[in-house]
Parts: sequence; C-alpha cells; structure tokens
Amino acid sequence: MAKIIVVTSGKGGVGKTTTSASISTGLARRGHKTVVIDFDVGLRNLDLIMNCERRVVYDFVNVIQGEATLNQALIRDKRVDTLYILPASQTREKEALTQEGVEKVITELSKTFDYIVCDSPAGIEHGALMALYYADEAIVVTNPEVSSVRDSDRILGILQSKSRRSELGLEPVREHLLLTRYNPARVERGEMLSVADVEEILAIPLLGVIPESQIVLNASNQGLPVILEDESDAGQAYEDAVARLLGEEREHRFLTGQKKGFFSRMFKG
Amino acid sequence: MTETATTGAQQSFQLKGATVPMTSLELLYFDSDSFEATLRDKIRQAPGFFRDVPLVISLEKYQGAANELDFFQMIGICRRHSIHVVGVRGGDDDHNRLARNASLALIPAGAVRERPAPEPDDKIVTEDVQTPASTPQAASPVAARIVTQPVRSGQQVYAPEGDLVILAPVQAGAEVLAAGNIHVYGPLRGRALAGVHGLETARVFCQSLEAELVSIAGHYKISEDLQDQGWKSAVQIQLRDNLLVVTPLDKA
Repeated sequence: MAKIIVVTSGKGGVGKTTTSASISTGLARRGHKTVVIDFDVGLRNLDLIMNCERRVVYDFVNVIQGEATLNQALIRDKRVDTLYILPASQTREKEALTQEGVEKVITELSKTFDYIVCDSPAGIEHGALMALYYADEAIVVTNPEVSSVRDSDRILGILQSKSRRSELGLEPVREHLLLTRYNPARVERGEMLSVADVEEILAIPLLGVIPESQIVLNASNQGLPVILEDESDAGQAYEDAVARLLGEEREHRFLTGQKKGFFSRMFKG
Repeated sequence: MTETATTGAQQSFQLKGATVPMTSLELLYFDSDSFEATLRDKIRQAPGFFRDVPLVISLEKYQGAANELDFFQMIGICRRHSIHVVGVRGGDDDHNRLARNASLALIPAGAVRERPAPEPDDKIVTEDVQTPASTPQAASPVAARIVTQPVRSGQQVYAPEGDLVILAPVQAGAEVLAAGNIHVYGPLRGRALAGVHGLETARVFCQSLEAELVSIAGHYKISEDLQDQGWKSAVQIQLRDNLLVVTPLDKA
C-alpha cells in the first residue's frame, strides 16, 4: 500500500508546487517509487516545474473520465527513473475531479507505488478538498507571515474534519509543518515571524525550514526541482525535510543569517 | 529529611478516589463465535470509539451456564480488537470465582453509577458561582464538554448545556461557545462566548488572553478593548454590573 501525502496550505503562492516537486523527487531519488499528482485543474504548473510540459498527452481528468489509461497519462521523469508525474488538465472544470474518480485513480496507483504526493491547489474549495481527502500525511506549507499562518490553521482544521481518515474515525492524518521563504535576517529585524512563533501558533511538528533563495526561483524557471540543486541551501533543506519525513533525525539548518560570519570573525580575535 | 518524609512529599504515589467512565458489556450468553462477530460488528459502526477502551463485563442479565463462561476467551477476543477487559460486575459466587481466576476485578452490582457522585477526598472548594435557582437543572449538573485538540480557524465548538473545557489553543478565526463557563488551557486567540443562553454568572478562563472577542451573556468586548488588561497573560473574565471585568488568575 502506498503512503498518500498531500502538500497543502490554504494560501496561494507559498510554495506548494515547488515543495511537491522537491519532496517527490527526494523520495524517488532514495529509491521509493513515487508519483506526484497535480490537483490544480485549470491552473496546472507542476509539469512546468518538473520540466515535462512538452510530454503531456493525457491528464488526470482524462483518466478519471475513462478517456485514457493511467499508463498513458503517467509521465516518467527523465532525471529520476522511479518518479512519475500525473499532470492536471488545463482545459477542464474543477468539478471533473469526482470523489469516485479520484478514489479509483489513487487505489490503482496504490498498487504499484510506494508514495503518492498530491499537489493541492490553493483555497479550500473542491480541488483542495479532493487533494487532501485520501491523505495519510499532510505537509502544510507556510510562509512566515500572519495571513499564511492563519490559512494553514484553517486547512489543519479541514484535515481534521473533512479527510477520509476523520470521516471513518481512523488514526488522524499526520501533520507536518514546512516553513518556506524563510529569511533569517528579516526575522532578526522583526519583519518576519520566527520559526518558534509559527510553531507556537500552529502547534504541529516542524518538518523543515526552507530558506528564501534566488535559487528556488531560478530552478523553477528552468524546470528543475530545487532539491536537485545539491549545493544550494534550499536544496539541502528540502533533502533534510525528505529525510525527516522518512523518520530520520536531522538538526534544523539555515535558521540563522549566514552573513553572521563577518561579525563572529570580528569578535573572535 | 524526616520532615519531608512525614509530609509524604517523597512518597512515590498517592491513592486517590476516581470515577472513570467505562463501557459495560451486558452478557446474555457466551459463545465465542457470535461474541466475536457481534463485537466486530459494533466496532465497525464506530471504529475509533472502541480503541483501547476499558470494558466491564456485566453479568446481571447472564442466562447461560457457569461452565460456558470462559473469561480467558473473552479477554483474548477483546484484546484482538484493542479492548481491555478490566473487571466483572454482578454475577454469583461461581461467576466471581471464574472472574478472579482470570485476574479480573470484581465490581459489585449497581456500583457503576450513571452520574458520578463527589469523591470523599474531593478538596475542590466550590465558589459561589452556581446556576441561578430559576434554572430547573440546578440540582443535576450537566457534564462539561472537553476538547483536547486545537480549535482551528474556521472551526466552532459549542457546549449547548454546560461548561466547555479546551485543553489546547483556540486559534484566531475559531469560535467557542458554551451555556456555562469556558476554560481554555492554552492561548485564547479566537472568539469565546460564555453564557450564551443568558447566564450572567458564567466566566471565561484562559492561560493567555489573545482573543478576538470575549462575550458573557451577550455582553462583549473586542480585541481592541481587551489590550490594556491582562493581554497575553492568564486571566478570568466575568460580568460585574453589566461590564466585563478581566482579572489576572494568579491574583484571583
């Protein structure tokens, strides 16, 4: 049985798709057979970030409506061969994602994959509810600012009340906090919420902190999951998050400003 | 050293009276197959509800023969479904002997009360905050609703009859309502409305007052008006002369 992970946030533009791409690539790179599904019908982006937009023939909605088989729609990643992408439809209505249809696709994927990563659309509408309904675990992507934290809190409430696990009275969905676009210098100046602030408000375990970085934007534009930028701090932070997701203990990094080196050198002597 | 020993500060435990809610299984006859089938069926109806619950087997309506009463089998079946048999209630001497052999506690018939009575060593001093005499239910208290999960933005928790006790944060954008008092053992960041049916003696207690709105019996204060008294500290809020009064809990 595959483990189903939803990447969600409530708020838009916080880094869900970037995170879905990197987490799924990270899981696949460790040898786990992984599929990442784009639930954002009408606003598909995942294929761009995964650099497979030119290979999309069939999509998620085609499979649900029986116009294509899963094997026809799944796109195999060119860099990591245990990774597959199921793209969203750009032309259909969101309502095309029926609960029965989604269940059918997820059940079939569960037979052959180890991990199913669901990239949720923003908001708390139908598409987002479908993306989180079957989840075993949830990665709640949050930016260190008040409105994003508030929306994450909202989505946590929905995970507790509207997921399959909650409806059937099973063990609740395991929740993870992933803080993205973290800028330690701005936190120190009091312009941004700190990790401790966000953890205190949301009261769920911290999976990782991804530092704000130009590299994330560059990688997205090139169609490269940032986790493959092994040298970058953001890439390493995602790699740490994947390790923690799999149960490894890793110390949190990149929580303090890197330019501190200058001052510490000054005061050392 | 002797001083601490006599005060009992170094004892490894204390015995206290406690009333614990338990599920009781009224056994009519025992047949392992039908026992397990019925149990499985009950669990299927509410999968989370029966997990790790303590169970008392009530023999008051038992009609089968004593030699069919196989407690070891019952315990085994229950264990397989994550239910823990802790004792036996009622039954005759033969039944009790069998139960004792299976290391089960014996609970006298009728000892399980529907509504817990106060325990003898209950030292809690009740304040003079009683439901007004006009309320017909004043004699039989309604159990408080207890919530252990955070109340998240967009969620609403309502205790339509008694108190509401929340052992977690109430987040901004969340709303908690009670006919009686509201206790929040965590930060209160959302809206709290106590005494929603008009009970003016209702109070709101919280560990950190960061609320968007607090209301007692329809009298309310919004966040802006709560800032200068006890903000971000442990307080209680009550109604005095139609005004909401915030007092720190450590000086109450």
